[in-house]
Amino acid sequence: MTRALVNVPARAKKGDIIEIKTLISHPMESGYRVGYGGEPLKRDIIQTFSCDYDGAKIFLAQFSPAVAANPFVSFHTVATASGKLVFRWEGDNGFEAEETAEIVVE
Amino acid sequence: MWIGGALADEIPRDQRRSGYETMRPETRAMQDSDADNPATLWVLDGEALWNKREGAAGKSCADCHAGAAPMKAVAARFPRFDAARATPVDLEQQINICRRDRQNAPPLAAESHDLLALEAFVAKQSRGDTIEPNREPGAKESIEAGRKLFNERRGQLNLSCAQCHDDNWGKSLGGANIPQGHPNGYPLYRLEWQSLGSMGRRLRNCLSGMRAELWPRDAREYVDIEMYLMSRAAGLKMESPAVRP
Ligand code: HEC
Ligand code: HEC
Repeated sequence: MTRALVNVPARAKKGDIIEIKTLISHPMESGYRVGYGGEPLKRDIIQTFSCDYDGAKIFLAQFSPAVAANPFVSFHTVATASGKLVFRWEGDNGFEAEETAEIVVE
Repeated sequence: MWIGGALADEIPRDQRRSGYETMRPETRAMQDSDADNPATLWVLDGEALWNKREGAAGKSCADCHAGAAPMKAVAARFPRFDAARATPVDLEQQINICRRDRQNAPPLAAESHDLLALEAFVAKQSRGDTIEPNREPGAKESIEAGRKLFNERRGQLNLSCAQCHDDNWGKSLGGANIPQGHPNGYPLYRLEWQSLGSMGRRLRNCLSGMRAELWPRDAREYVDIEMYLMSRAAGLKMESPAVRP
């Protein structure tokens, strides 16, 4: 079960700087560890995380094996227009997750 | 060397503090907001499991427990002494008792994602509730057994729990702050584990640190210690699911 949580203010004034927080369940297995039986554990990480807002990519992050499990990312942006924010995570073994949030800008 | 059974002095009631209070502000902020607390991922899965029909009885937890409201303050009084079974029972054991006896479903494995998720969801309903001293008949014996285990020296380092958590709390051990060792946040998200973990995992972690032999997973000793820890934490507020470094 993959779970993603996104936290976007429901309303903002045009021009406000808003904080966006995201959290996703993922093992972020680095590929450098071994299991209890000494067998190598295959790398399984999220490679990219992005956010699209008002038709533009406003945030993109590339993750490395050093990022801890269940990555939490927070960032700021300027509230420009009412609409949808689309968050995407993509990674090893075909991992994909998407979440959306709505914001009203007045 | 003197190997004693003498009891260290217990922390006076008015000085008992949750591990939360000695954490860095960044870690406290994670616990303060559900949006930042990774344990929320387990709570949401736990809520889904709570409502899912399971086992031959075809019943969900919610079917019998009428939503989650009756779970309020429950975690603040677990482990409880189960008179019928003549043994103390902790929250995760109770969940598995309900699975086995009421849902006719196989018990969930210790430390499995689903058991931790259900436990986190149930325990969260007690957030902010005060831990009350356990006055159930039968509880006293278990609490005293736990107190004894807490004060006994063990392991290659010949340490007792009390030497760290009663006598040296507030000081550091390597990079870690020694907390008073309260059970009021479990199950909790530990940054070092990168996962949610149970009270049992925490206890095994401290036992390994003492280089002591671990009791088997389902040993009564763990629950007795938990009983004692809860009596020792009476008056503190529940924080489950908390965050710890
Ligand atoms: C068929 C009905 C039934 C189902 C289904 C059921 N329970 Fe229970 N539960 C009970 C009864 C009856 C008790 C009290 C007696 C006991 O301890 O067995 C109880 C007690 C409890 C308690 C202790 C409450 C207290 O006040 O001390 C918890 C916690 C609990 N159940 C959790 C769960 C969870 C989690 C599930 C789903 C995995 C579940 N139960 C499913 C009937 C049920
Ligand atoms: C050598 C010192 C030491 C001994 C001995 C020790 N612990 Fe701990 N314990 C710690 C430290 C340090 C932490 C905190 C770990 C961290 O956050 O990095 C801790 C954490 C805990 C916690 C979690 C507290 C919280 O706020 O979540 C509990 C409960 C606990 N210990 C119980 C015990 C018990 C029971 C024993 C005996 C079986 C024991 N400890 C033995 C050092 C010790």
